[in-house]
Order: sequence, then structure tokens, then C-alpha cells
Amino acid sequence: MTTDTLPADTETVETAAPARPHYRVIGTRPVRPDGVEKVVGRALYGADIYLPGTLYGKVVRSPHAHARIRAIDVSRAAALPGVKAIATAADLPLVEDKILVTGEGSVNQRYQSMNTLARDKVLYHGHAVAAVAAVSPHIAEEAVALIEVDYEVLPAVIDVRDAMAAGAPVLHDDLRTAEEGRKLDGPTNVAEHLRYQRGDLARGFAEADVIVEREFVTATVHQGYIEPHATTVLANADGQITIWCSTQGAFAVREQTADILQTPISRIRVIPTEIGGGFGGKLTVYLEPIAALLSRKSGYRPVKMAMSRAEVFAATGPTSASVIRVKLGATRDGRITAAQAELIYAAGAFPGSPVGAGAGVIFNCYRIPNLQIDGYDVLTNQPRAGAYRAPGGTNAAFASETVIDEVCERIGMDPIEFRLRNGVREGDYRATGPVYARIGLRETLEAARRHPHYTAPLGGPNRGRGVASGYWGNWDGTSSASATVNPDGAVSLSEGSPDIGGSRASMAMILAETLGIDVTDVHPRIVDTDSVGYNDVTGGSRTTHGTGWAVYDLGKKLIAAMSQRAAHLWEVEPEAITFADGVFSCGDHALSFKELAGRLGEAGGPVMVSTTMETTGAGPGFATHLVDVEVDPETGKVTILRYTAVQDAGTAIHPSYVEGQMQGGVAQGIGWALNEEYVYDQAGRLVNASYLDYRIPTALDLPMIDTVIVEAPNPGHPLGVRGVGETPIVPPAAAVANAIYHATGIRMTTLPMSPPRLLEAILAKES
Amino acid sequence: MQAFDYVRAASVEDAVARLAASGGQAYVLSGGTDLIVQLREGRRSARVVVDVKGLPEFGDLSYDPDMGLLIGAATPCWRIAADAAIASAFPGLVEAISLIGGVQIQGRASIGGNLCNASPAADSIPALIVHAAVCEIAGPSGRRSLPVEEFCIAPGRTALQPGELLVRVFVPPPAQHSGAAYLRFIPRNEMDIAVVGAGAAVTLDSHGERFVAARIALGAVAPTPLYVAEAGAALAGQPVSPDTIAEAARLAREAARPIDDLRGTAAQRRHLSGVLVRRALERAVERARAR
Ligand SMILES: Cc1cc2nc3c(=O)[nH]c(=O)nc-3n(C[C@H](O)[C@H](O)[C@H](O)COP(=O)(O)OP(=O)(O)OC[C@H]3O[C@@H](n4cnc5c(N)ncnc54)[C@H](O)[C@@H]3O)c2cc1C
Repeated sequence: MTTDTLPADTETVETAAPARPHYRVIGTRPVRPDGVEKVVGRALYGADIYLPGTLYGKVVRSPHAHARIRAIDVSRAAALPGVKAIATAADLPLVEDKILVTGEGSVNQRYQSMNTLARDKVLYHGHAVAAVAAVSPHIAEEAVALIEVDYEVLPAVIDVRDAMAAGAPVLHDDLRTAEEGRKLDGPTNVAEHLRYQRGDLARGFAEADVIVEREFVTATVHQGYIEPHATTVLANADGQITIWCSTQGAFAVREQTADILQTPISRIRVIPTEIGGGFGGKLTVYLEPIAALLSRKSGYRPVKMAMSRAEVFAATGPTSASVIRVKLGATRDGRITAAQAELIYAAGAFPGSPVGAGAGVIFNCYRIPNLQIDGYDVLTNQPRAGAYRAPGGTNAAFASETVIDEVCERIGMDPIEFRLRNGVREGDYRATGPVYARIGLRETLEAARRHPHYTAPLGGPNRGRGVASGYWGNWDGTSSASATVNPDGAVSLSEGSPDIGGSRASMAMILAETLGIDVTDVHPRIVDTDSVGYNDVTGGSRTTHGTGWAVYDLGKKLIAAMSQRAAHLWEVEPEAITFADGVFSCGDHALSFKELAGRLGEAGGPVMVSTTMETTGAGPGFATHLVDVEVDPETGKVTILRYTAVQDAGTAIHPSYVEGQMQGGVAQGIGWALNEEYVYDQAGRLVNASYLDYRIPTALDLPMIDTVIVEAPNPGHPLGVRGVGETPIVPPAAAVANAIYHATGIRMTTLPMSPPRLLEAILAKES
Repeated sequence: MQAFDYVRAASVEDAVARLAASGGQAYVLSGGTDLIVQLREGRRSARVVVDVKGLPEFGDLSYDPDMGLLIGAATPCWRIAADAAIASAFPGLVEAISLIGGVQIQGRASIGGNLCNASPAADSIPALIVHAAVCEIAGPSGRRSLPVEEFCIAPGRTALQPGELLVRVFVPPPAQHSGAAYLRFIPRNEMDIAVVGAGAAVTLDSHGERFVAARIALGAVAPTPLYVAEAGAALAGQPVSPDTIAEAARLAREAARPIDDLRGTAAQRRHLSGVLVRRALERAVERARAR
């Protein structure tokens, strides 16, 4: 899908807030700085690092979903010529409980260690048990087959409902349910029960004219990034560890690896490579600590590891399967009186499903006086759930937004009108607590209603149109950056946020805007952990907000530093210098940024500035999506005919990349809606760990996805930015389900709405 | 992937001799789009791989309206589909092979490989069956012929005996007033293995009103591609009508012996068998009438 050629379709929303300033660079669509390198195939990704003497590492993985490890015999593998090191959990230090916030949730480092290499139990099919480093990948593969693991197979549990049932196999004997700040008694698979409450639920439902209550079931799905996890690690005899890897957060890799290896954090340097997609799946480490162990044990040779696609599916973090119950009451004139939800999310082998985030998404679009939301984080014999683009949001919105569609139908109200009547605006409370500042939900609804798509004829039988809205909270977080001024006037920008969505272009644009220079005169580079201050991960849709703010601040500091140089040159006080439109001036003196840069040698020397800041004020993102589908009533196959995504971007720095995020989120959401799911056999083994049988949409399965950006500037950001990456994956499953209903009269309550499921429902309805 | 020896066969006899001597550890290599994938994934292990692409007969492709179509076992699909005369004489067959993979795969994949891999879901096989194609097999005791519907005997297993290999496939010329079609159902529009495949070939009377003969075959609903003789036989002599077509589709659905697996459910496959056979027959009739 190309985005750069799309026409701009940006609406600036009239608001009470100050008018949007006139920007010179922001809002334009320059060519991305990393474009040529990527197009000609020169960009270096995770698996592209080649060091002299490199060994190749491979992992031994559990063939069972749940088993006790009785013994591991590595003797035959160790005897194979070419094998240089073997590692098991015995090589890992014991790690204490330590919670690390990743921006899309949190991870406990003790569990991370247990996930890296299984200690006494394997908890899912694909769980790493041991690893080998050898002089070639083929020898390493053969050695893997020679490692003998003696397992005592235990009963496994995959479905959250089974995992919560009395007598279910328990994954961790020491786990106790956390509820309202205390721990409940007795072994369990329920790691947490959370609750949000407001008002009087019973009274709210009593006031309702219509109540709709449904239960939804959704499957485990994977982010499906194209680049598998890959790393090269070099441990030195002096304790220094250098890691090259494809990651969404070099500093996160550093901290996690330091904790798992119990190594001083300053002795680890992480060099992020280009990244072929992450979507939340590359926030935590899998291979890096193992490769470090193997490097040490092999006599400090570099060790390269790259997962196969099957390993990516089986052993990295997909997002949760879920069971969600929603009950919603409304008056005949379209006012929500009460809402209740129960969300049960599969965490996989260790606590930490995105159920909290799902609880945030489920009702946060609406003003609801009486509500209760219960969330359960439930362990299953699956890979530990990772973050996936608006974690927990797509399935939550699938439940709530289809129930809303049904309420609209029951009271005979247009679904956009209903959402406008109940949609949140500035000053309203979120279902999960805080008060909203300026937000743009209503603007997305109004733009969707005005869009020609909304009233276009469907043009045939078995067709239907669906509407759904979505919310994502977004994150701000900590960012650092530094910049130096070159003699030719160009600015080198060093940042630490891996670029997964075109953020380098946006950072260059923000700096160019601030400095009054051309965007081609900013050279952004993503550098390693020793070369820039701390940065939180590229996740939570925070980068353009957080790192963008840091870069904006950097620009202000550069202007101050350059003003000092000008003052030195003109022998005046720095306060006497004014800066406007890229020109420093004082009385008759005037120099452009570029001219001054060329004279720094006589003006007091080179200029370099840096900044580090804990940003605040992330603005929540809202979207409204429209979709037309056609259902083949004889096969159950759904064709997406037309899709329009409307979203509030606050301020769209580079509109093409905002549109790209919207289209990408929709594409992934449609995959989740229609075909994507982990399929397990009776014994809990994953049977479809390939792109053949785990069906993400191909180019032939999607229409061109139309985008409309609305801009309700975020008052919490100096440029009005709000995150845009995650919101667009929230509405699609619900929008498609609603469209299917209007095409067939069938309310699908299970994801994916794959041909066999829909066909079964169609045949059941016919008979 | 385990190490193996690669040899280019010098002649058919050479290939036969190497296969016969290998004790089942040798594989014929045609386009490799099944074999190499299976070796890499450890689903098969080979000591020797015998490449037959260089042998003259294996790259044959000739069509004569009187003699019919000869396809070398290693002829890549793109060559067949690119031949205008073949595409117009055998639209059902070309429809089927055009579904195999994408552009890159079709640059290599062959009908011989599709047959010898013996997947129940192989796309070319139902189309070859409805065209009454015949396999030409070479082995230690010379050459023999086998109707294509008898070639696959179980998932991944063929009627080839030790030392035998497939040399060519012969497809008789299409009769007057005949037409054929192949349809498959997949959840996406690309990159999937057939949940169900259905081929139909019909010969109509000169008015296009009555079936003279018909052949129907299904894929992915039994351990092998399935020739449903009774469904075709039921049409012979009958008028072309929604009822007769529906009856043939019903017979095909009855013949299907599908299973539940990760690519579809048995109930779904049974239902789709009927739907696809009906649609394939309708399309074949349309083509017969247009000819
Ligand atoms: C991405 C992708 C998509 C695909 N899509 C489809 C699809 O849509 N439909 C479909 O049906 N298939 C599909 N396939 C499978 C494959 O491409 C086809 O089965 C193809 O026709 C195999 O032909 P080949 O020449 O590559 O066979 P090879 O891989 O060379 O051989 C296949 C098997 O047949 C044996 N063999 C080959 N030639 C002979 C011979 N002359 N005598 C005896 N044994 C022989 C080999 O030893 C091997 O076991 C796909 C494969 C890939 C990788």
C-alpha cells in the first residue's frame, strides 16, 4: 500500500482553542530521510549484521504445551563438531520480582527470565528450553535435534474459561489473584481481577428502555510483523556486552538484558538496527540474553540468532484471546443509562494480558453515568501475551461497538447520531476515571457523517455498511535527543526512538519547523544507548508526542545557543538578538541559520545541544470508521468493498505517515476480524505457525483504504500532537461485524468471522 | 535443512537407475516449490535429489487440435498459461494452474510436481481429471500409462513404483461444444490452499441444450483428488437446467468425504462441494455454448 501519493484529505476543526498556527514544514509531505536506503535494499535490519568469527545460535523449544522438565542431556550435542556453546536455564542467574513498564503494559523481570529459558517447567508449545551456538546455522540446527529433554507431560489449558474453572491445571503454584490491593488465597490461574465502577448500575438499567446483553469470544492473534526477531551479541572478556537487534526500544533491551543476566546496565550497549515492523511485539527480549550467554560461553565470539517464522508465532508475544460480556441500556431517545462489561483476557504463560487497557477502551468513547467494568487477567498454556497495537482494544471495541449498533437498531436511531448524543467531549469523565481535555471524537463522527461514503448506495444484494468508533489513551513518556550544527548549516539530530512508522521524517520536520530551515537540512539518526540520553520505547503511540516534544525543545535550545554565537559575533548581549523566520538579527545585522552556522568558528565555536524530558499531556486518540462489505451467502466469505477511516491526529506532522498508520491499523484490524487466529490441537500445540495458515490479509483482500484526518489540537503538547498509531486498529472488527449484520441479519459474536463460522451461522439462520 | 547430493539426470534411464538404487532416499526435483520447502522444514529428508528439468521430454509442451495436449512433467506452469492456443482450448486447466502460487511460483512449479506431490488439495489435479488426462510413466521395466484419476493413492502417495517417475501428461483434445472450469474456495483471495476445489467439464449437443457427457472432480474433500463419475454420468443425456445441475452438485456433495482440519470444517467442505460444483458446471456450460 502506498500512502505518499494520496491526496491530502485533512480537515482542520474549528474549536474554541486558539487557531492552528501557520506552519511552514509541519503538514507537508517531504520524502522520508531513510527512504532511499530502504528502497535500494541497503538499510541494515536485525539479521544483517556480520562480524568476523560469528557463531549461529538456535533454540531448543518445547514440543509440549505444559510439562515438567526432568532432565536435559546436552552431551550428544556438545560432542558434535562445530558446536561451541550450549546454554540452559542453569546458566541464568535467579531474578527477583521487578516490574518494568514498557508503555504498553508491564513485565515482571522474574517472569522474563523464566520465559527466556524454561527453568523447571515448560509452559507453552515453543517455550525455549536450551540453546546452541555453532559455526554454521546448519550445525546448530543438527545440534538442537541432539539435545534430549526428558519431560513429564502435564495437562494443558488454552481457553480462558477452562483456565478459570475449578480443578484446572495450574501454571504457577505460587500465583495468587490480586484483587483490590490484596492477594486472594489459594493457587489459581487468575493473576488479577480489576474493577471500575461509577454510579448506580441497577438504577441505570431500570431507567433504560432497551437493554442489549451479549457475550463475545475472540481468538489469539499475532502482530504479524514481517521481520522475525534477530540479534547479534558480542560479549567481551571485560564484561562489556554489545547487542545489535531489531527492537522498538534499545533502552528496554538494555534494561531487560541487564536484569536477566544480572549484569551492570552500563556494561551493555544496544545498537538498534532498522526494524521491519513491531506493532508492540518488539518491546521485550527473547533472543538477546540467550545470545549473550552463548557468546560468553563460546569464549567471547559474536553470536547471531534469528527466529524462523514458526518460532515467531509460537514463542513471541501474540495478543490475548478473550471472552467479553457487555450489557448496555439506553432510553428510546438515545441516551445511554448504564453499561456493564466483564473482560476475561488470556495472559499466556505469565501474568500481564492487556485486560486493563481493554477495560479502558470498552466504554471510553461514551458518557455513561452508571457503569461497572470487571477485568480478569488469566494464565493459559500459550506464549506470554505481548503488546499488539492498542493492546486489548480491538476485541473490547468489537464487543461494545456491536452492542451499540444493536441498541441503535432497536431504538431506530442512526448509529452516528447515537454516538454523537453519547460521545465524550472536553470535561467529560472517562469510564476509567480521569477527565478529558480537548478531544476529537465528535469531530470524527461529524466528518464521517459528512463523508460521501456514508450515504453512497450499497449497489447490490448481500451488502451492508458498518460504523464503529474507537479510542486509545496514548502515552507520553521520556525522550532524549541531541543535535549538532554542521558548518554547512545542516543539523545532525541524534535520537533514540527506533523508527517504526516514519518518525524520523516527523522529527526532522519538527526541528526544521522550529529552526526555520529546510527539512532536507536536518539529518536524523537513531543511535545506540551510549550515544543519546534515555528514551522510552517506541510504543503507546508516544514517539511523535514525546520525542517530538524533546526535538521541539532541542530546537529552542539550538536557537538560544545560536543566538549566543550571533551575539558573540556582533559583540552585543545575547538578549539583543531576535530570531524570526529562520533569521538571527540585531539592528542592521542579520544572518540566516545557515549563514551563522558557517561562521561559528569566529563566533565562539561549534554548537551542540541536548535535551532529556519526561513529557506529559498525551492526548487520547479517537476514530470513526465506515465499511461496506459483501457476503457470499453460499460460502460465508466476506469481501471488503469500501473502507473509510476518520481520525483525530491533533496536528498531523507528516500527513502521509498519519494516513499510513490509519491504513495499516485498518488492514490489521480487518485481518483480525476476518481470518486471523491461533489454532491449537487437543494437546495445546499450535498447528498454524505459518503465514500460509495464519491468514493475514494480502493486497488482494483489501480495497484502497480512504482516510480523513481531522485535527483537534492536543492542548497537552506544544505542537498539538496526539498519537495516531494505535487508535485505527480499534474500530475495524466492530465496523466489519456491524456491516456483516446489515448484509446478512446475523450478529457475529466470535472473532475471527471466518468463512466457516459465518457460513455456519448463515445455514443455521436459513434452516 | 540436512545436506543432500544434487544430481542432474543425464537421461530418463539415468534418472530411473538413480531412483531405483536409492532405496527410497532419492527425490525427483522438478520446480522444487514443494520439495525444497519440505526439505527445509524437515518434513521430508533426502539423500539424493535428481533434477529432471534438463531432460528433453520433461520440458515438452505441444498442442494440436487433433492430437491433443502434451505437457512435460517439469514444464513450468507459466509456459502453459502463456500459450494462447492452450488457454483457449483448455480454459479449465489454465484456470487451475493459474491459481498455483503467484508469479514467482509459476515460474518454476510444474504439473508433474503438483501430481507427484499428491496433495489432496492440489489445484491442477481435478482439472486434469475432468479433461481425462493420462500420465506417462517411465520405470525400470519401461513405460506405462495411467489415467490421472488413478495416479494419487493417498495423501502424499502416488501409484509410482520404486524407480518410476512421471515423464509427461497427455490431455485429449476437447470435443466439439465442450467447456470446462475449475473453481476453488479459499478464505483469502491469494496465498491459500484449497478448502475445496471443483472441476467440471461438459460436452453439450449442438444446440447447447442437452448434456452429452460430463466429468466432475473435487479437491480437498478426500484423501486424494476425487473423480465423481456418478455426478457426471447423471448429467449425460439430460437437459441443461438448474435442476439437473443441482442434482449433479448434490451427488458430488454426497461423494465428498471431508475431514475437519485447520483449513476448514467437514461440514463447510461438504456444503462447498455442492456450491462449487454447481458454479463450475454453470461456467463450463457457458463456455461450451460460447464455443
Ligand atoms: C508459495 C507457494 C504457493 C503454492 N500455491 C499452490 C496452490 O495454490 N495450489 C497448488 O496446488 N499448489 C501450490 N503450491 C505447491 C506447489 O507449488 C505445486 O504443487 C507445484 O505444482 C509443484 O511443482 P514443482 O515442479 O515445484 O514440484 P517439486 O517440488 O519439484 O516436486 C514435488 C514432488 O513431486 C516429486 N516429483 C516432481 N517431479 C516428479 C516426476 N517427474 N516424477 C516423480 N516425482 C516427481 C518430487 O520429488 C516432490 O516430491 C504452492 C507452493 C508454494 C511454495
